[in-house]
Amino acid sequence: MLEKAIYGGRRYWVWIFFLLGLISVGFLAYLYQFKSGLGITGMSRDVSWGLYIGQFTFLVGVAASGVMVVLPYYLHDYKKFGRLTILGEFLAIAAVIMCMLFIFVDLGQPLRVLNVILHPTPNSVMFYDMLVLSGYLMLNLLIGWTVLGAERKEVAPPKWVKPLIILSIVWAPSIHTVTAFLYAGIPGKHFWLTAILAARFLASAFAGGPALLIILALIVRKYTKFDPGKEAIQSLGKIVTYCMLINVFFLGLELFTAFYSQIPGHMHTFAYLYAGLHGHNQLVPIMWVSSILALIAIVLLVFPQIRKNENLLAVACLATFFSLWIDKGFGLVVGGFVPNSFEKITEYWPTLPEALIALAVWAIGFLVLTILYKIAVSIKEEVVFDKYGEKQIKAE
Amino acid sequence: MYNAGKIIIGIIIFVGLVTFPFIFAGGKATAKPDPKIDTPEILKMPENERKCVESKSFMKKEHMQLLNDWRDWVVRDGNTIYTNAEGKTFNMSLQNTCMKCHSNKKKFCDECHNYTAVKPYCWDCHIAPKEKES
Amino acid sequence: MSINRREFLKMAGITTILGIGGVSAVQGVRNRVEASQASRAPEALTAKRWAMVVDMSKFKSEEDYQKCINACHLSHNVPHITDNPKHEIKWLWTETYEHAFPGNEDKYRAERFQHMPFLMLCNHCENPPCVRVCPTQATFKRKSDGIVMMDMHRCIGCRFCMAGCPYGARSFNYKDPRPYIDGSKENLEFPTRMKGVVEKCTLCYERLAKGLQPACVEVSNGALIFGDLEDPNSAVRKVLSERFTIRRKPELGTGTSVYYII
Ligand code: SF4
Repeated sequence: MLEKAIYGGRRYWVWIFFLLGLISVGFLAYLYQFKSGLGITGMSRDVSWGLYIGQFTFLVGVAASGVMVVLPYYLHDYKKFGRLTILGEFLAIAAVIMCMLFIFVDLGQPLRVLNVILHPTPNSVMFYDMLVLSGYLMLNLLIGWTVLGAERKEVAPPKWVKPLIILSIVWAPSIHTVTAFLYAGIPGKHFWLTAILAARFLASAFAGGPALLIILALIVRKYTKFDPGKEAIQSLGKIVTYCMLINVFFLGLELFTAFYSQIPGHMHTFAYLYAGLHGHNQLVPIMWVSSILALIAIVLLVFPQIRKNENLLAVACLATFFSLWIDKGFGLVVGGFVPNSFEKITEYWPTLPEALIALAVWAIGFLVLTILYKIAVSIKEEVVFDKYGEKQIKAE
Repeated sequence: MYNAGKIIIGIIIFVGLVTFPFIFAGGKATAKPDPKIDTPEILKMPENERKCVESKSFMKKEHMQLLNDWRDWVVRDGNTIYTNAEGKTFNMSLQNTCMKCHSNKKKFCDECHNYTAVKPYCWDCHIAPKEKES
Repeated sequence: MSINRREFLKMAGITTILGIGGVSAVQGVRNRVEASQASRAPEALTAKRWAMVVDMSKFKSEEDYQKCINACHLSHNVPHITDNPKHEIKWLWTETYEHAFPGNEDKYRAERFQHMPFLMLCNHCENPPCVRVCPTQATFKRKSDGIVMMDMHRCIGCRFCMAGCPYGARSFNYKDPRPYIDGSKENLEFPTRMKGVVEKCTLCYERLAKGLQPACVEVSNGALIFGDLEDPNSAVRKVLSERFTIRRKPELGTGTSVYYII
């Protein structure tokens, strides 16, 4: 099936080469980091995780969110999602690959990465994270590829994939729960030490991931002959709406506990992020951008009439995605380190090489995604569903 | 034969790539490594005591394994004394035992490591004996 | 039975992978030296759980602190990074009371206590979160004496331990530390570190093995008291039973082994 990826129009190749360009620039930046060490990033003794780990955390959510289309289709027999499942699974694959790359570029001694397997350490959450992430990658590759292959041959997928699909449905929340446990089990970091963190992670993931999927589905429809289905996109919009509301609700719970209890340690990070603390306020503008985007998204999403308009839905999804990208891909990780263990403040902002490396990882993700989608779409263009979205028919 | 032209060109490129290193090196092999053990520290010792912690053949083959084990025993188990096959004891330390005799890292370690293109990362942390530039 | 080309290739791939794995497994079993050949030096200082008491009343001047810090940093080749405070490496350093014991501030407390510098180091916790989170056991608690050790050879530089330590005891080598070590004062008996690994106080495990007290304790003129917390007759237990002491963030349940007498 891979051969589908090497036939494409002009636009396809321009896009591919654009991504390859970003990747090469980022690769050069990475060589520089590899040679001189992580000192070329904005990280410090106090803020020892930054953009890379933030992006990793955010992308685990994107990966997990594939389940939001797979679950209704397979467990509730919601046929409308039939055309979206492959897009969801392939998005998960690209996201997990990005996650792994972000962990890799964050390591001080990347060549020793296999030590994690050579010296397996079951008391470290990182160990489980590695297990669940690679397992999830395998599952999605296997399922996506097999189902698509069967579809191409116009036969039913082999029976053994069904149990794997069920497994992947259970597996998806686990990857994000384990990722939340990286943070939620650390003593002395009040901002992270909250039982609701995993729930917050899942809520934001199930809003941000499907939001991205909607955007992707709209793009696919615009530029190819494959239509993921109007109703499917609307249903997905509903999922984004509910999850975004739950996400904001959870954030509200955190704010209540911190500010009603008035315990300084619990308030400090929130104060730093949204108002600035002791004159340090570097993150305040972007945190407000995130909040305002969230607000816009919610206003657009909660009214079904607005949501039904696909252009406005796209705007709402973009707003959701970027709001969560800032909140979780940056604020959450950096905020946990401010103030530090001595109640002192060191601020963090990524450097240019750091940003280029992060951009390149995204470009790799999009490259993988583009190729996978190209394959899926080429096959879907040949074999499509009838107008009820239920039965596969041959395209005219 | 179908596509004969393409295949022949392919074969030529393949052969070129495979033989490139040999052609590039001009057919000469790098000189055979000849590690030296003639440091002043070793020469000072009486002839019959000039012995490494284990036999020469063992050290030649297994020094990397021995160093790995030493490292784990010292750093992880807190044991610092090594008793060799003859019952002699040594302080397990690359910097303070091995290199005290083999103070010629360049002619001792690097000689073979360069030849075989292995780059152990020992010296990123362990301080190599100060040698005069030769 | 006939197999098509695709299946043949699949089988070939699988056998190759198995083959490579098999060969390396066989090579793994080699003739090697035995762990039983390693033993502790007879002169080594031993304890069930090492601990330290910092007697603040004996730190009178800036110099008293600096003496200890220098002894530590010089004997362990700790780089002195001044060009970027974000990349600082510290094993032993000072923080004023309000920063060392956050949450215990009191604005009416005597001025000299508010800003009194306290000596900070890794607490060699009994239940260390840094060890719990490390994915490779590069940092681990030595069973024999409770020292929380660093295996620099194994550290992959993920910095999970830095996030995990609630005491800010850990530093990361954001760059090659060697240019920041004064060559003339270098301790040739001890290694340096390389870029990309985490480091911290190791309670002078290398000196204990030779029967010596930690470097800072040795030069402290009795301001630092060192001993076995589980031995009722040890020096530390003696002070602990007589004087009022505090520890940093005891509410976290880490069981720190560094005590402060004010
Ligand atoms: S003080 Fe920090 S680094 Fe030291 S043992 Fe405790 S948690 Fe680990």
